[in-house]
Amino acid sequence: MRIGVVTFPGSLDDRDAQRAVRLAGADPVALWHGDHDLHGVDAIVLPGGFSYGDYLRAGAIASRSPIMTDVIDAANRGVPVLGICNGFQMLTEAHLLPGGLIRNAVGTFVCRDQRLRVENASTAWTGGFEAGQEITIPLKNGEGGYIADADTLERLEGEGRVAFRYLGANPNGSLNDIAGVTNERGNVVGLMPHPEHATEPGFGPDTPDAMRSGIDGLAFFTSVLSTFAAA
Amino acid sequence: MSAAANLPARPAADTVTNALATPEKEQPYAALGLTAGEYERIREILGRRPTSGELAMYSVMWSEHCSYKSSKKYLRQFGQKVSPAMTKNLMVGMGENAGVVDVGEGWAVTFKVESHNHPSYIEPFQGAATGVGGIVRDIISMGARPVAVMDQLRFGDIDHPDTARVVHGVTSGISFYGNCLGLPNIGGETYFDAVYQGNPLVNALSVGVLRHEDLHLANARGVGNKVVLFGARTGGDGIGGASILASDTFSEGGPTKRPAVQVGDPFAEKVLIECCLELFAGKLVEGIQDLGAAGISCATSELASNGDGGMFIELERVLLRDPSLTAEEILMSESQERMMAVVTPDKLEGFLAVTAKWDVETSVLGEVTDTGRLVINWHGEEIVNVEPRTVAVDGPVYDRPVAYPAWLDALQADGAGALPRPTDAGELREQFLALLGSANLADASWITDQYDRYVLGNTALSFPDDAGMIRVDEESGLGFAIATDANGRYCQLDPYEGARLALAEAFRNVAATGATPVAVSDCLNFGSPENPEVMWQFSRAVEGLSDGCLELEIPVTGGNVSFYNQTGDQPIHPTPVVAMLGVISDVALRIPSGWQDEGNNIYLLGTTAEELDGSAWAGVVHGHLGGRPPAVDLGSEQALAALIRAGSGQSIIASAHDLSDGGLAQALAESVLRFGVGARVWLDELMDRDGVDAATALFSESTGRMIVSVPREDDVKFVGLCAGRGFPVLRIGVTDGGATTPGTSSADVPDAALEIQGLFTLSLRELRSTHRSTLPARFAADAAVAHAIDGIPA
Repeated sequence: MRIGVVTFPGSLDDRDAQRAVRLAGADPVALWHGDHDLHGVDAIVLPGGFSYGDYLRAGAIASRSPIMTDVIDAANRGVPVLGICNGFQMLTEAHLLPGGLIRNAVGTFVCRDQRLRVENASTAWTGGFEAGQEITIPLKNGEGGYIADADTLERLEGEGRVAFRYLGANPNGSLNDIAGVTNERGNVVGLMPHPEHATEPGFGPDTPDAMRSGIDGLAFFTSVLSTFAAA
Repeated sequence: MSAAANLPARPAADTVTNALATPEKEQPYAALGLTAGEYERIREILGRRPTSGELAMYSVMWSEHCSYKSSKKYLRQFGQKVSPAMTKNLMVGMGENAGVVDVGEGWAVTFKVESHNHPSYIEPFQGAATGVGGIVRDIISMGARPVAVMDQLRFGDIDHPDTARVVHGVTSGISFYGNCLGLPNIGGETYFDAVYQGNPLVNALSVGVLRHEDLHLANARGVGNKVVLFGARTGGDGIGGASILASDTFSEGGPTKRPAVQVGDPFAEKVLIECCLELFAGKLVEGIQDLGAAGISCATSELASNGDGGMFIELERVLLRDPSLTAEEILMSESQERMMAVVTPDKLEGFLAVTAKWDVETSVLGEVTDTGRLVINWHGEEIVNVEPRTVAVDGPVYDRPVAYPAWLDALQADGAGALPRPTDAGELREQFLALLGSANLADASWITDQYDRYVLGNTALSFPDDAGMIRVDEESGLGFAIATDANGRYCQLDPYEGARLALAEAFRNVAATGATPVAVSDCLNFGSPENPEVMWQFSRAVEGLSDGCLELEIPVTGGNVSFYNQTGDQPIHPTPVVAMLGVISDVALRIPSGWQDEGNNIYLLGTTAEELDGSAWAGVVHGHLGGRPPAVDLGSEQALAALIRAGSGQSIIASAHDLSDGGLAQALAESVLRFGVGARVWLDELMDRDGVDAATALFSESTGRMIVSVPREDDVKFVGLCAGRGFPVLRIGVTDGGATTPGTSSADVPDAALEIQGLFTLSLRELRSTHRSTLPARFAADAAVAHAIDGIPA
C-alpha cells in the first residue's frame, strides 16, 4: 500500500509521518503542495507543522494549495485522509471536517504526552483500536482549541463523529474535550495530537514499562493498511 | 536632539571620490561606537578618510561583538593548549561559523552556543526568537541540517516584578521561532538570580549533522564566481545592532535602543533551511555565509577575506523591504533569514531554480575578483574600496587592564562553614523541600513544555534528563548527546575553578547518558571589559576552561563572547556557559536519569566532602554566597565517565544521574520524580565513610559524583566493575514501588515515596507539588497551573 504525505512550505512533521508509514509496513510517497499529482496513492496524510508560518489562520493558506483540490476530490471519492495537527487545521479550513481550531486556552504552545480516549473505532484510521480504548501520544501545538457551533457539536456527538477525546486536564480548551473528529463516511480523520510520534520504540512517550517506549500511534497507520487490505 | 541626527548623511551616498575630495569632513565615529584611536587607524589603513559606508562597515566589524577585540588575546589559549588527541576528530575548529566534529560512520556534527542577551532585555520576544534564528543559520552555513536547539536562560530574581515580563517574552519568543522551524528543543538551563535583573542572559545553542563530504565553508574562491544574496528582503531592522547594542551598557537616561532589535520570521527561515539543504545536495554552492551581526558588511568582508581576497558588489541589487534605505543602512542592516552564497557561473541557473522552487527571493549582487579589494558600488558610484581583511580579520586587539578584584579575598574568607546547620530531622526535611521548590532547582517544565521536543522523530533524551540526545543515523543508531552548564555563583567566588566546574559538570552530564564527551563550545558572558576586575575574571575563566579542556583532551570548537552584561556599573556574575558534545554508538544504549523499576539497588559513586560554599543550600537556606567553590578533579571525572560507559556497554546500569546543584538531595528527588518510582535511602554508611554530617551528605556539592541504580541480578558485576577500577562506591538505598500515578494510592498500594531512613519520608505527591508549582505559580495563567501539576489532586 502507498500512502502519500504532502509537504507544504513550513511542514515540519512530514518526514516523521513518512517514517511512521514505513514502520507500519506501507510505502510512503512524498507529495508536493504545488503539484496537481497524487501519484496514485491509496491514502493521504496531511502532516503537522506551521504551513505558511500559520499566517492568516493556521492551515488557511495551505488549504488553498494546488494539491488540495486533488486531496478534496480524493476524499470525496472515499480515499482515506488523515490530518495531523496543522493537517487537521487544513481539513477544517478546506471544509472536509467541521469546526475550527483556535489558540490554546492557556495562551501558550503546549508539548506533552497526552492521554486520549478513542471514541470511534470504525473510521479508516482507527479500525485497529477498540472503542473506548485509552492511548497516549504526543500533543504539541499552539492553536489546538477545537470549536464548533452548538448544532455542529450536537450533530458530531449524536453521529459518533468525535473520534478522540482528551483525558485528564483539557490541554487547550477544546469544546467537549474533543481531540479529533471524522467525516460522515469515516475516511477523513483529523486530530491535534501526533500519532506519528508514537510509532517507534525509543522515540515515543514514556510508558510505565520503559522510557519513550510508547507506540500507541502505530495503529492509526496499520488501521488504514487493514482497511485497504479488506477493500 | 536625537541620535539619528549624528548618523551619516543621507540620502546621497558618500563616494570614495568624495572622501578624497573632502578629507577634513567630520565623521560621527563616536556615535557608531568607534574610539578616536580606532578612527585614526581606519584613516591610516585607507590613506584617506573612510566613506560613510566604509565607516559603517568598520564600526560594526570592529565592535566588541564582531571583532573580539578585548577577548582575542585570551581566546588564543584555546588554539594553543591542544594535544594531537584533541585535533584528531576535529574537522573544523575555531574561527568558522561553527566547529565540526567527526562522529564516525561518515557523519559529522556541528554545534555552537551564542548569546543574544542585550536584544532580549530590550525586546524579550524578538530578541530571543532571533537568537534562535541566528544560531541555526550558523549551523546551516556549515552545510549541515540543523537537528536540535537548546537554550540557556538566566533571568533576574524570580519574585521581582519585571522578571515575568522577560520570562514570558523570552520563552514565547523561543517557542514561536524554534517550534516553527521544526527543531526539537532538547534541554538547556533556566536560572534566576538578582544579578541578571537588568541584564538577562539568553544563550542559544544549535546542533546540526552532515555527511563528511557535505562540509561547506565561508569563503569566496574562484575569480568570476557569482556572489548571491538570498532569503528575506533587507529592511531597516537591527541597524547598528552589533555595534551599538551588543557593545554598550544599559544606562539610565541613554537614548532608546528599541529600533535596533531585529525582527524574526521563522517561516522564512524554515523555507531557507530546506532551500539550502537542496542547494547543498545539488552541489550548487561553493561557499556560504549567513547574515547575522553586521549583515552584508560582515558577510562580504568575511567571505572575501577567507577566499581569493577580492569581491565586487553592486549594492543597489539588494532586494529591499523598505526602498528608502540608504547605502549605509543596507550595509549595516541585521535583517534576519538571509544568506550569501558564492556560486560558479555554470551553476547559477540551477541555483536559481532551487530558490524559485522554495519561493526564496534571490539576487546576484556581484562576483569574486582577484583585486585583493572589496569594492562596493551604489548606483554606479564606488562607495567602498577596502582590503577585506582590515575589516574582518585585522581589527584592533586590546590588552585591557586587569586587576584582582578588591573584594574577592573578603568574599572567599566568608565561607559557609559558619552557617547554622539543621539540628534535627524536621529541619532537614524542611530544607530538603525548600531546595526542591527553590527557583533554580524547581521543575522548569512550565518553560520546556512550550517547546516541541518530538519533531524530527530522533529525540532519544531531552529535558529533564541530564543531557539531550539525538539519533544521527536511523540504521545504526549512532547519536550524540549534549549538555550545557554554568554556575555563576561559583565563578564569582573563583572564576578559574568556576569555569572548570562548569566544564566538569557538562562532561559528567553527558557521561551520565552513556555517551563519550568529545568537544566543547562555549558562550562566555561577562560584564564590561573596560572594568579591570571583570577583565581579570574573564582571563581567569578562559584560563580555567582552556586548562581543563587540555587536561580532558577535549577541544573547544568555537563559541562566543558576550561582554557588557551589567546594569550601571554592576556586572553580572561571570557566567561561562560550557556546552559539551558527546557521541554514542547506538542511542538504544542510553541511560535514563531516573528510576523505572522497583527493587533496584542505588549506588553513590564518588566521595562527599564538606563543600557547601557557594552551594544551593547556602543560597536558598541562608541567602549566602562566600568561600571557595568545590574542588574539581578532572581525572576522577574521566574515571567516572569510563566506569559508566563500561557499565552501559554491559547493560548493567538501569539509571544514572549526576550530582551537582543541590547535591545528593536534589539528585534523589529528581530520580524519584522522573518516572514516579520511590526509594528507601540510608545515609549512615556514607556519613561514616566520608566523615560528614547528614546535612553535608544531602546538600554538599562535591564533584565527581553520580547516583546509579542497578538491577539486583547485575549487582555482583557492577560492584566488581567499580572495585576493578578502584572507584569509590557505596550502596545507599533501594528503589521502592508504590502507586506511581498520584491519586491511585490505596491501603494496599500507598503513594510512592522517598524515605531517608531514620530522618524523614516524602511522598511522591509532596515532592511533585513542591517541585512543580514554583514556576507556574509565578508565570502561568490559571489554566496552565492545572496543567503543570496535572495529576496532582488538590
